[in-house]
Amino acid sequence: MSHLLEVKGLEASYGPTKVLHGLDFNLEQGGVTTILGANGAGKTTTLRAISGMVSRKGQIKLDDAELTSLSTADITRKGVAHVPEGRGTFVRMSAEDNLRLGAYSRNDKAAIAEDMERVYNYFPILKQRRHQQAGTLSGGEAQMLAVGRALMLRPILLLLDEPSFGLAPLIVQELFDILKRINAEESVSMLLVEQNAALALELADHAYLLETGNIVISGTSQSILENETVRRSYLGY
Amino acid sequence: MDLFLQQMLTGIANGAIYACLALAVVMIYQAIDHFNFAQGEMAMFSTYICWAMIAGGLPYWVAFFATIIISFIGGLAIERIIFKPLHNAPVLSHIVVFIGLVAIFNSTAGAIWDHNIKTFPSPFPEGSFGGLIGLHEVGMFFVTLFLLLAIFCFFRFTRVGMAMQAAAANPASAGLVGIRVGWMLALGWGLAAAIGAVAGMMIAPIVFLEPNMMLGILLYGFAAAIVGGISSPGGAVAGGFLVGIIENLAGTYIPAIGSELKLTVALVLIVTVLLFKPNGLFGKTIVTRV
Amino acid sequence: MATDVETRVDSRLTVGAKIPFKWVTLFIIIGAVLPFFLEGYSTFQGTLIMIYAIAILGLNLLTGFNGQFSLGHSAFYAIGAYTAAILVYHLDWPVYVTIPFGGIVCFVAGFLFGLPALRLEGLYLALATFALGVSVPQILKSSHLEGLTGGVQGLDIFRPEVPAFLVENFGLTMDQWWYLIVFVIMLFMFWIAWNLINSRTGRAMMAIRDNPIAARSMGINASLYKSLTFGVSAFYTGIAGALAAIVIEFVAPDSFTFQLSILLFIGMVVGGTGSIWGAIFGGFFILTVPNFAEEISTGLSYAIFGVILILVIYVMPSGFAGLVNLLKMRVKKMF
Repeated sequence: MSHLLEVKGLEASYGPTKVLHGLDFNLEQGGVTTILGANGAGKTTTLRAISGMVSRKGQIKLDDAELTSLSTADITRKGVAHVPEGRGTFVRMSAEDNLRLGAYSRNDKAAIAEDMERVYNYFPILKQRRHQQAGTLSGGEAQMLAVGRALMLRPILLLLDEPSFGLAPLIVQELFDILKRINAEESVSMLLVEQNAALALELADHAYLLETGNIVISGTSQSILENETVRRSYLGY
Repeated sequence: MDLFLQQMLTGIANGAIYACLALAVVMIYQAIDHFNFAQGEMAMFSTYICWAMIAGGLPYWVAFFATIIISFIGGLAIERIIFKPLHNAPVLSHIVVFIGLVAIFNSTAGAIWDHNIKTFPSPFPEGSFGGLIGLHEVGMFFVTLFLLLAIFCFFRFTRVGMAMQAAAANPASAGLVGIRVGWMLALGWGLAAAIGAVAGMMIAPIVFLEPNMMLGILLYGFAAAIVGGISSPGGAVAGGFLVGIIENLAGTYIPAIGSELKLTVALVLIVTVLLFKPNGLFGKTIVTRV
Repeated sequence: MATDVETRVDSRLTVGAKIPFKWVTLFIIIGAVLPFFLEGYSTFQGTLIMIYAIAILGLNLLTGFNGQFSLGHSAFYAIGAYTAAILVYHLDWPVYVTIPFGGIVCFVAGFLFGLPALRLEGLYLALATFALGVSVPQILKSSHLEGLTGGVQGLDIFRPEVPAFLVENFGLTMDQWWYLIVFVIMLFMFWIAWNLINSRTGRAMMAIRDNPIAARSMGINASLYKSLTFGVSAFYTGIAGALAAIVIEFVAPDSFTFQLSILLFIGMVVGGTGSIWGAIFGGFFILTVPNFAEEISTGLSYAIFGVILILVIYVMPSGFAGLVNLLKMRVKKMF
């Protein structure tokens, strides 16, 4: 059975500092996989490595296409959309312009317009604030905008970097419910990086635990939830 | 009163020069998020290229447009060849490279075409408008407005324009939506070089062509762009005219100054404006959440 | 403009670093002995290099450590120089006393300039400092002040004789004497800068550079620190100016143009922004390279200088100190 995303022996460095020491993990078509871990474990770096934003070695295959040698712009065009840490919205531009930019690499005007409507359906608040400067949106709204922008790519794989960061619990729950819908309705596979383990395990079907650049535990969400070490260290009970 | 009007108009005429250059400055700022000090020297060099073509027998408009194209390619090439390998270097190092470019362009122009002052033709008819302002100045004013309109439309209505602004504002995110940030930078440089070339070719008939022609003007162009608000092309143009008027009126009406300190006074006035409006007169105050 | 995944090796000083005594002692020994092996003119040039190094260190304190941009430091150099020259020429002050005095006048000037300039950031501050740098020579040339400044002609001053004791016993020349004086002053100024950077004050300065909002919320009075830093930075450059006036025995407005500001800036970057000892390399660079370029071709000297500048940035994007740090790390990795 071939995976949608297959990663083997992934190493990544920031200059002289090596942060990932050879990761192996997979993601199935249509699934949601989460990478958990504490601060500094290397979760963000993993996503950046897939997107080509850091210097990396190893094998990253998306549907049999090799990503390790490609530039970020080319990786995007293979259908990988990355919602970065800290949202990464274009703060001086309007929300709607942010969404338009999300579709930059596409040419099918009609489909793009369709997708924008779909994004507004998922995130009605964005439609209300479509002409507002992205920098003035609240944290939750900005996060939705970031996800919306990624969706405008019509991706096959969505990379999410700590979407719950700095958001109130109610907003986070709302966001994650929407992500679940998106996964089901759009059949977008998701690789989710999160510190909020409980929430992530609710959404994901598979999980990996990262500790200082190495994967230490892997399995289905159910098995991870029942794992003693994980429960004590990351779930608090 | 007559003198006042005369000086105002002269100020506006000079202001057109500054406005034109300010526009090029703003353009590059929108594209690469900082100023390019070599802008003036590149414009001067482009003007010399045009001059050489005309001296070689080409008609004005052929030389004019050929120069624009050459400048565009040149700007693009400079970014790709010189700045691409340095994109990880600290900002201050980039500024030193700009200084290096200024030195190279200035010196090379002098070496190739010598330091004697040359005249440069104007595409506009000779004469003046009611004896108050030259026809060339009027023509330059309209060319500047046209450029302004073109730039405005480019950034507001084209996909590439928006992508360029995105690449300058947030290169990481821009990469994530598929924008080839490196090429956007190169494009920005190319366009700025082209605009600078137009500015140079418009200015040369008035100040005459020589390697140092842009140095003083560029300063005023920067000042104009800053006073107007660097995020606003319209502000840059308004700033240009304002600076032109201030410089002229100050020189005429504040007796202690004379021409020695004209530059100083102009700068002091500009800085005073900035103290009250740190983002420039028309600049948007950008709200950043901590 | 910078991506958020930045990996450049910076030459920023790490707080709490200890003075590398071995290197410093070696430097002091070589530096002190050098004038006795060099010809008179080379000693004079060495003196100028050290003077530039002090001036560059002043600029570095402002830009490298406090993040404020200045394109007008030639103004403080000029003020220091003219203060010394005027005191000697008109009031017959002993030359040695004018040195700290020039520094103090500049401290006040820098502090006063820093106060209103607080509101300006980045490019706006650059423009304001540029205005300063451009106006000072123009004011110095102005006929209104000619009685004091000597106008366009400038002022000539003369150094006192080398103390007889030293001439008799060591055969010390004027060049060597002043080299040693400047050398001692430079060491002293560098030592002060080191202590400043490694103190609470230094940390506050750097905090303001890296994150002004966070710095304020920690209780750092950013406005006060920024103005003080301007003052200290001007103090350093003013001392350098005073020394230059004395050693060259001449001041004139055209020695202090905006070009000098640019040279100081180049010296700072090439030496290594945020590096104290890099200033020495910076001083060396701005004294020797323009002359070198001139020697290769008078007509194209600026172009050659420009090419050298760009090549130097390629080879050492973080300046000389940055390059040394990079090499140190590579060597460490091998063992």
